[in-house]
Amino acid sequence: MNEYKKVLLDPLFNNNPIALQVLGICSALAVTTKLDTSAVMILAVIFVAAFSNLSVSLVRNHLPSSVRILVEMTIIASMVIVADEFIQAFAYDISKQLSVFVSLIITNCIILGRTEAFALKNPPLISMMDGIGNALGYGVVLLFVGFCRELFGSGKLFGMPVLALNTEGGWYVPNGMMLLSPSAFILIGLFIWAVRTWKPEQVEED
Amino acid sequence: MKFLRQILDKQGKLFEKGGKLERLYPLYEAGDTFLYSPGMVTRSAPHVRDGMDLKRMMIFVVLALTPTILMAFYNTGYQANLALQSSGLAAAAGWRGELMAALGVGIDPTSLFDNFVHGALYFLPVYIVTLAAGGLWEAVFATVRRHPISEGFLVTSMLFPLILPPDIPYWQVVIGISFGVVIGKEVFGGVGMNILNPALTGRAFLYFAYPAQISGDQVWVAVDGYSRATPLAEFADPKFADAAVSYSDTMMDAFWGFIPGSMGETSVVACLIGAAILIGSKIGSWRIMLGCVVGMIGTAFLFNAIGSDTNPMFGVTALEHFVIGGFAFGTVFMATDPVSASQTRQGQYWYGILIGLLTVMIRVINPGYPEGIMLAILFANVFAPAIDKIFVNMHIKRRQLRYGATR
Repeated sequence: MNEYKKVLLDPLFNNNPIALQVLGICSALAVTTKLDTSAVMILAVIFVAAFSNLSVSLVRNHLPSSVRILVEMTIIASMVIVADEFIQAFAYDISKQLSVFVSLIITNCIILGRTEAFALKNPPLISMMDGIGNALGYGVVLLFVGFCRELFGSGKLFGMPVLALNTEGGWYVPNGMMLLSPSAFILIGLFIWAVRTWKPEQVEED
Repeated sequence: MKFLRQILDKQGKLFEKGGKLERLYPLYEAGDTFLYSPGMVTRSAPHVRDGMDLKRMMIFVVLALTPTILMAFYNTGYQANLALQSSGLAAAAGWRGELMAALGVGIDPTSLFDNFVHGALYFLPVYIVTLAAGGLWEAVFATVRRHPISEGFLVTSMLFPLILPPDIPYWQVVIGISFGVVIGKEVFGGVGMNILNPALTGRAFLYFAYPAQISGDQVWVAVDGYSRATPLAEFADPKFADAAVSYSDTMMDAFWGFIPGSMGETSVVACLIGAAILIGSKIGSWRIMLGCVVGMIGTAFLFNAIGSDTNPMFGVTALEHFVIGGFAFGTVFMATDPVSASQTRQGQYWYGILIGLLTVMIRVINPGYPEGIMLAILFANVFAPAIDKIFVNMHIKRRQLRYGATR
């Protein structure tokens, strides 16, 4: 049981895929201007990571290593198509805003990385946990970035007004920088700084 | 003066190793060395026989900035008084108006004194806010990292208000200088480690975060409700296709600095005096300044030769580029920042040329940004290490060939 807990919770801060391994950054820049798009993206990644890890782990003993990447990509692509269709059916507006970034989960290095590094060597259930854990680690960063960008960039959280905007008679002047992608870079940098101050063993030697 | 020294020495015990306030030693050290030269002596080789240290260098930069600061006082007040006069108002609005009435200062744009006081009332609050907010961050980082507070901030805090428009809200000044100091400098390890110019980083942040206040296509005269484009924005707007002609009369004004703009950037004369001081004391690199000017002139001639029917900016001559906007200020004080500029001598020419070229490119081709010098310098800052690397490698290769050495 302890092992399950470890693979699930370790990627949150101890071995965060974005903050420590610096993978999957592009979507973290693209979808985080609002919290609801970030949340839907996180759910999609959790789904894809969990089930592609599970499926790869199920076939791992029958997989010739020369074609394993091909098979992994096929499995991941199928999962992504399912997630994409699902979002289009039930959250059409958000799927419009996410545009290509749901289909681009296929190219998200976190997912292929976990199937390669973990699912190929471990039994199905724990592989699925590992997929969920890593997607949650991705989600923590996305939620942090999305929170800051939506709050300071447009004064809202999940589309609900929090800070009264000056254009609507309030006091808060929205920070336009937060709506541009570079701000996500800076925020991820600050997140990494905070995590490494908290856990100094993650600091790289130069 | 002895009295002051005694107080400092007495309090000093508190901050030394084992004292109660040991953690706050950087603050004490900053105050002490600001007032007195430190008695430290270098005991082992190498000895540099020159009185030039970081503090002296920074003081020379401040000295070079003095003419632009005086012009910032004068011109900010002049523009404000001119605007008040043309809108028929009798006094400035708000606390400035009350203070000026109490002091008996009028709003006559022909009076040197009136303009000076009015402008000072705009510049000084921005400067004080910059010092307080940026100084706080400096103190926090110095205390946490246990190193003395660096003199570098003295210059950054002086440059920052000079590149801001006079009517900027104070909370934006706080945000801008905080971003410049923390993200532009401290995250890289503090003074001397930054890859970007901290003052410009702060301004660039404000530029993208609050474009309504700072993008340079409106107001910038320190009077509420008075709207006028800066000359660069007027050039860029096709409506003002004829403006270039009428502006040739005011070329001298632009040269002396009697035009609206960021507080310190308008006067080319003040910048030239600063350039002379920087070059004379060998603090600013004349190679960089020369590179900037050459790059700007070359690119301006190129655009003049190409020409355009729809974009009047293509017709702006090199001289106009030189006197209008922040080109002179950026070239003299921002591009030559010894930390973020190129270090190799040949690299400095190319670094400067890159800045001059990009400035004119952004001004002419990009309709979204009337001014280009800020982005050009930041971009060149990023490329400075790469430029240095090229010239260092070329040097190594040449010497290898000369001595027939093989690896």
